[in-house]
Amino acid sequence: MKKVKKIKIKVNGKMKSFIGDYILSDMLKRLKIPINKVAIEMNEEIIDKKKIDKIKLKQNDKIEIVHFIGGG
Amino acid sequence: MVNLKKDNFIIAKKKFKSRLIVGTGKYKSMPECAKAVKLSGAEIVTVAVRRVNISDKKKPLLMDYIDPKKITYLPNTAGCFNSIEALRTLRLAREIGGWKLVKLEVLGDKKNLFPDMVETLKSTEVLSKEGFKVMVYCNDDPLMAKRLENCGAEAIMPLAAPIGSGLGIQNKVNIQIIRQQTKLPLIIDAGLGQASDATIAMELGCDGVLVNTAIAKAKKPFEMALAFKNAVIAGRQSYKSGRIDKILMGNPSSPLKGII
Repeated sequence: MKKVKKIKIKVNGKMKSFIGDYILSDMLKRLKIPINKVAIEMNEEIIDKKKIDKIKLKQNDKIEIVHFIGGG
Repeated sequence: MVNLKKDNFIIAKKKFKSRLIVGTGKYKSMPECAKAVKLSGAEIVTVAVRRVNISDKKKPLLMDYIDPKKITYLPNTAGCFNSIEALRTLRLAREIGGWKLVKLEVLGDKKNLFPDMVETLKSTEVLSKEGFKVMVYCNDDPLMAKRLENCGAEAIMPLAAPIGSGLGIQNKVNIQIIRQQTKLPLIIDAGLGQASDATIAMELGCDGVLVNTAIAKAKKPFEMALAFKNAVIAGRQSYKSGRIDKILMGNPSSPLKGII
């Protein structure tokens, strides 16, 4: 039986496991993120939202997804 | 007649009618916040940039309650204590949807929440070079205000008193000196406690005021939102009308001639 490759990624400070060759846009879909209302940072670099279909996730990637909330 | 209809509030070449900017923090709920914003008549609201809650996907979003197409969002850097954090936050804010008009706030002390002006100056310079329009929260210090202006600030926003303190304007003289030296929009940001504080700010010649806690934490936020709206209009009208000179002694209002 083929062994399933698992990778661990930190999303907004929480460890998450993903199977195999995961693409950033798939992960955002899985987390039900409204892409037009957020900004994404990967390993402290801002990601161009037009390119999320092409970005592969790697072991130990750190992803931050932010949006606007109430503030003064 | 002072015609306030033609008296626009211009920020980064954009015209606004209302001179009241309100914060969207500290409300009990999003509907309460949205209603208070509406009653205040504000056309600009400050918002914070924070992590999306990835475990609770049903949590309501601010954008579902306050439409950024109708109300200008002013992303802030609240909670940032150095230039690196502030720049990271605002670059992300821009990425959410093209926001270039931002509020820079780099704090220096967790208790009094006074701005760290060295970090603030550094950040203003970098952000303006990157094409941001930076409205800067700062001390009520005319020299620092001048430096911010030289670094490319879009608006000078001195505090009235510490953030959330409700103490009102503590240093009217400094605010007036800053008013005299700058043509940039001058907005009192932080420390107001009641509507009359906003009137005083406007009478000192400020172009606008930014209020959050005084409305959000009032016993009746909706009524207070309305009070601030009226207070800002009254203050502007009073300023534009030209107050009388102050004199030490009395000056009777009724003519002395013809007294029986």
